[in-house]
Amino acid sequence: MVFTALALVVVNSPGWPEVRRSFLNVDVFRESFPEIARRFLLNVQAFLLAEVFILVFALFIAVLRSLPGAVFFPIRALAVAYTDLFRGIPTVLVIYILGFGAPALQLQGVPDSPFFWGVVALVLVYSAYVAEVYRAGIESVHPSQVASARSLGLSRWKALRFVVLPQAVRRVIPPLLNDFIGLQKDSALLALIGVLEAFRRSQVDTAGAFNFTPYVATALLFVAITIPLARVTDWLVARERGRYQAEGTL
Amino acid sequence: MTEDALRLDAVHKSFGRLEVLRGIDLTLARHEVVALIGASGSGKSTLLRCINVLERIDRGRILLDGHDVTARGVDVNEVRRRVGIVFQAFNLFPHMTVLRNICLGPVEAQGLPREEAEERARGLLERFGLLDKVLDYPDRLSGGQQQRVAIVRALAMRPDVMLLDEVTSALDPELVAEVLDVIRELAEGGMTMILATHEMGFARDIAQRVAFLDDGVILEEGPPDRIFTDPQHPRTRRFLQRIIAAGRL
Ligand SMILES: Nc1ncnc2c1ncn2[C@@H]1O[C@H](COP(=O)(O)OP(=O)(O)OP(=O)(O)O)[C@@H](O)[C@H]1O
Ligand SMILES: [Mg+2]
Repeated sequence: MVFTALALVVVNSPGWPEVRRSFLNVDVFRESFPEIARRFLLNVQAFLLAEVFILVFALFIAVLRSLPGAVFFPIRALAVAYTDLFRGIPTVLVIYILGFGAPALQLQGVPDSPFFWGVVALVLVYSAYVAEVYRAGIESVHPSQVASARSLGLSRWKALRFVVLPQAVRRVIPPLLNDFIGLQKDSALLALIGVLEAFRRSQVDTAGAFNFTPYVATALLFVAITIPLARVTDWLVARERGRYQAEGTL
Repeated sequence: MTEDALRLDAVHKSFGRLEVLRGIDLTLARHEVVALIGASGSGKSTLLRCINVLERIDRGRILLDGHDVTARGVDVNEVRRRVGIVFQAFNLFPHMTVLRNICLGPVEAQGLPREEAEERARGLLERFGLLDKVLDYPDRLSGGQQQRVAIVRALAMRPDVMLLDEVTSALDPELVAEVLDVIRELAEGGMTMILATHEMGFARDIAQRVAFLDDGVILEEGPPDRIFTDPQHPRTRRFLQRIIAAGRL
């Protein structure tokens, strides 16, 4: 309803014909889309690669943060400092700093491509968020589960690995997918340090054609992959809720 | 073989400023079943958790087969493998099938090959009438079935001693019997057990000895017939009267 009303307002606005010409030009779209789509594969590569490292690294951070006792205080403090730092700095800045700063160091044996450092920046930033998601999951597992595992003679580590983490991860899959959607979108930020991905390409096309349609083409590509993932997330949340209610009525 | 299966010497345990156990002495001979009774909050669960080293005691000794389990350098995981504990709330692992719940300890703590562990698990499940549940997840089972699985999970470690902490308290009345039957069978099979319970009738039935825990000490202990019919201590008498009034004896 609201959507239709809004659409009507837009279409009937005085500037609409002009906007339509510069944002929804079929010819420009046809011209630019194939190359943008090809470059979009670079975005896909970046966020898939980043996601793999994020899932592992963030879990590591979360586990460090949940270590008990005074002995592990320094490690816990480090993990906290890490998450605070990288949730605090705007993602764009981390990408700029690493993308331009790290290659300038000219370190031996370390890649200096913007793609590499862009992905590293995304991994660092998103791991801070995802670690918090994992931690919430770990803390949601009742202590009696650990007591149960330990009472069977399992070590602390094995109790974590076989009893706590499987339950924790299962519970946080929906928020993990949410962060993954955010990551997909933020892969466009790599354009800022000169990675020739879809958004960068659309900037070039836009400048060349004096027309903004390439941006719309890029937006469509992002939406095309986030929508299915968003639906999967909804479905998982609904399923989880259904299960919870079934338990409640028992 | 002359050693006691389990011996507690002057065990003390506090939580902060709350002194829950104030010098517990208790001895179990091999194959003996002791019922631990006492009011809610008297420290029954704490005592059992201390024996399993889930809680650290402040003073005293706990001897398992003559070896002090609270001494420095003792591998607590090794102790726990020999002392099975079952909780009031079952605490099965919800993300694992019945079979995997039972095999986790033997495989990961004892290092048993998986096939052997599964064979052991199936044997126990069959013995307690649960073989058809082997691949079910805990949330598909009734409370009584879950508690029986929890008992089997502890038994799969082949423990020397079993500690049962009010294992029927969380169950609907009609499900209590099936769990008590399992415990009875264990007792008949010669398992050494401490049974924290409010089921006085059952305690009387299968325990060789009853120990009354009150205010952090074992105030009175003896054969069930004597404790239940002729308690020496006024506080024991009062506790039992309350139980009788509640219709549980
Ligand atoms: N981890 C803990 N921290 C602080 N206090 C505790 C802890 N565990 C138990 N207590 C306290 O110790 C006392 C004894 O508790 P415990 O659970 O051992 O009693 P119980 O005899 O098993 O009672 P119930 O019959 O209700 O199960 C209680 O006052 C309880 O509040
Ligand atoms: Mg208790």
